[in-house]
Amino acid sequence: MTLLIEQTLNGVQLGLLMFLLAAGLTLVFGIMDLVNLAHGSLYMFGAYFCATFTGWTDSFVLGALLALPASLLLGVFVEILVVRRLYRRDHLDHVLATFGLLLIANDLVRLVWGPDGRRIPLPAWLNQPIFLTPDLPYPTYRFAVILVGAAVALFLYWLVARTRTGMWIRAGASNRTMIGALGVNIEALFTLVFGIGAVLAGLAGLMAAPIVTVSIGMGDNILILAFVIIVIGGIGSIKGAFIAAMIVGMIDTLGRAMLPDLLKSFLSVAAANTAAPALSSMMIYLLMAGVLVWRPTGLFGARG
Amino acid sequence: MPAVTSLGLLRPIMTWRVAVAIVVLALLGLLPWYAPWLETAGIINQRFALTVMTRVLILAIAACSLNLILGYGGMVSFGHAVYIGLGGYTVGILAHHGLGSGFVQFPLAILLSALFALAIGALSLRTRGVYFIMITLAFAQLLYFVGVGLEPYGADDGLTINRRSDFAGLIPDRGPDKFVAFYVLSFAVLVLVLGLVHRLVNSRFGMVLRGARSNDLRMQALGFPTFRYRLAAFVIAGAICGLAGALLANHTEFISPAMMHWTRSGDLIVMVVLGGMGSVLGPVYGALAFLLLEEFLPGLLRLVLGWLHDGTAAVIGRGPAGALDDWLRLAEYWQIALGAILIAVVLHARGGIDSLLGRAGRG
Repeated sequence: MTLLIEQTLNGVQLGLLMFLLAAGLTLVFGIMDLVNLAHGSLYMFGAYFCATFTGWTDSFVLGALLALPASLLLGVFVEILVVRRLYRRDHLDHVLATFGLLLIANDLVRLVWGPDGRRIPLPAWLNQPIFLTPDLPYPTYRFAVILVGAAVALFLYWLVARTRTGMWIRAGASNRTMIGALGVNIEALFTLVFGIGAVLAGLAGLMAAPIVTVSIGMGDNILILAFVIIVIGGIGSIKGAFIAAMIVGMIDTLGRAMLPDLLKSFLSVAAANTAAPALSSMMIYLLMAGVLVWRPTGLFGARG
Repeated sequence: MPAVTSLGLLRPIMTWRVAVAIVVLALLGLLPWYAPWLETAGIINQRFALTVMTRVLILAIAACSLNLILGYGGMVSFGHAVYIGLGGYTVGILAHHGLGSGFVQFPLAILLSALFALAIGALSLRTRGVYFIMITLAFAQLLYFVGVGLEPYGADDGLTINRRSDFAGLIPDRGPDKFVAFYVLSFAVLVLVLGLVHRLVNSRFGMVLRGARSNDLRMQALGFPTFRYRLAAFVIAGAICGLAGALLANHTEFISPAMMHWTRSGDLIVMVVLGGMGSVLGPVYGALAFLLLEEFLPGLLRLVLGWLHDGTAAVIGRGPAGALDDWLRLAEYWQIALGAILIAVVLHARGGIDSLLGRAGRG
């Protein structure tokens, strides 16, 4: 039972991380209609920035706080330099150009930080378990990730649903010509949205950094998962992204935790240990294919 | 000479493109015969040239198949490398179990790829636009993870193929001749595929496919069941790409899930767009350009960096310019240049190489 609770919490934590990544992607996708394969690179840069700043300041928290504006600057820079020119193009051009950005990002990281992975050391107070109940220890850091992730999700909901900026963003998603005619500076709005996406991706990257190793290409596979999430949730829908991220986080975590034992009953131990992670990854893609066959525009999507 | 004119050989607009096409195909086809000469001249090692160019030919076949659905059908399949994997795994797994006959392996590879394309296409073609890109990607990832989970066949690490496909001794599968023989085989397959695609896209079938790309609703109103046409094209493309996969497994004598990683599918799209979408020979140019860039860009960069270093050293002096080695080391990061080229092509040369040739002919 404690194992189940622990794994459920891990699922929530992974889901929230994925949500941060997917929220930026779905905003950019929904509002600018841009397929951004380089979003995973922003995630990677967030982690590397955090690794460097943590090294400079000797404090993970300070490093993380410094990495966020750095991610924002990077996002705005890329938007102005390249991405801005892509909005009027079709999706195929987006895929190609941002694929080019991804190649550049990976080699740039190798050039600046070297080919070896990095570990970010956690401060002592984050590195010990807390006891949720007397007999249920849980890593403090993972719990902190859940809290931060939930807070950011709530903030994002407030920003999009309750503020004037959010109103512009939503209006931009449904009719960008009209909102331009009403006097909103669309160029600045798009840059802002891309910047928000970059910060969210960077935050996800730096929060994942102490759990996984910071390495080149760390964003490439998780990017595809983020795409799966926004497609399941429906492109442009933050709510859909949240729900889909939770489902995907749960499937992945629980699949990895439960499937090996299940498979071992009819496979060899080695085969089960290889097959289980592969199978839980496959389940996510099966889910997506199923959702799309059932609802071709995702759970909460309206755009075709 | 009206007969020749009607073939288009003397029409000024066609001259450039046709001439380049003939030269490129001739250069490719005759490589085994002039490669020894290149080696004596000290330009390039013969074995190396054949190995690189065989890879170009095989990926050109795969790119041609993608071009059929992407260039002519407007279907942005982001999971096309999965058929390379299916073809490759068919050959690898059969060879692993001692079934080495190419006459069994190749038809099975094609059939299996076609069947998967039928299933994937039937489900994916219900969606449009970005959702189509993503659902083809999802199916490809699905099969990628099947490969990762296949513990008996090496899982993540892949599987070495000890013997190439055996075509009843018709094609040498060992010894020094096998490289030349396999190159010729790949070239023959490429020419056949080019001929097939050319016939297809100019037939009634191809016209419907192209019509559905520009206006699906109108084609339906004209009474064409466009879904079936798209699906047929999707299956044909999958089958051809499976054939390319079977060839690739033979070429590398190795299979692994990495063959169908999503970035490989991205590479195929890059080749098609780089060469020129919706032009029969475009993918061949694209595969040539992409793979040769991949192979020779580091060397080219070293050359340029060497010049830059010498130039800088001449202006600001040997000391401040730093050691030559430090400059040359930058060539390791050639993917930055590749990415920049890619972005430049997307932003400024949308029709790809083939349309540049066309423009040169008209201008």
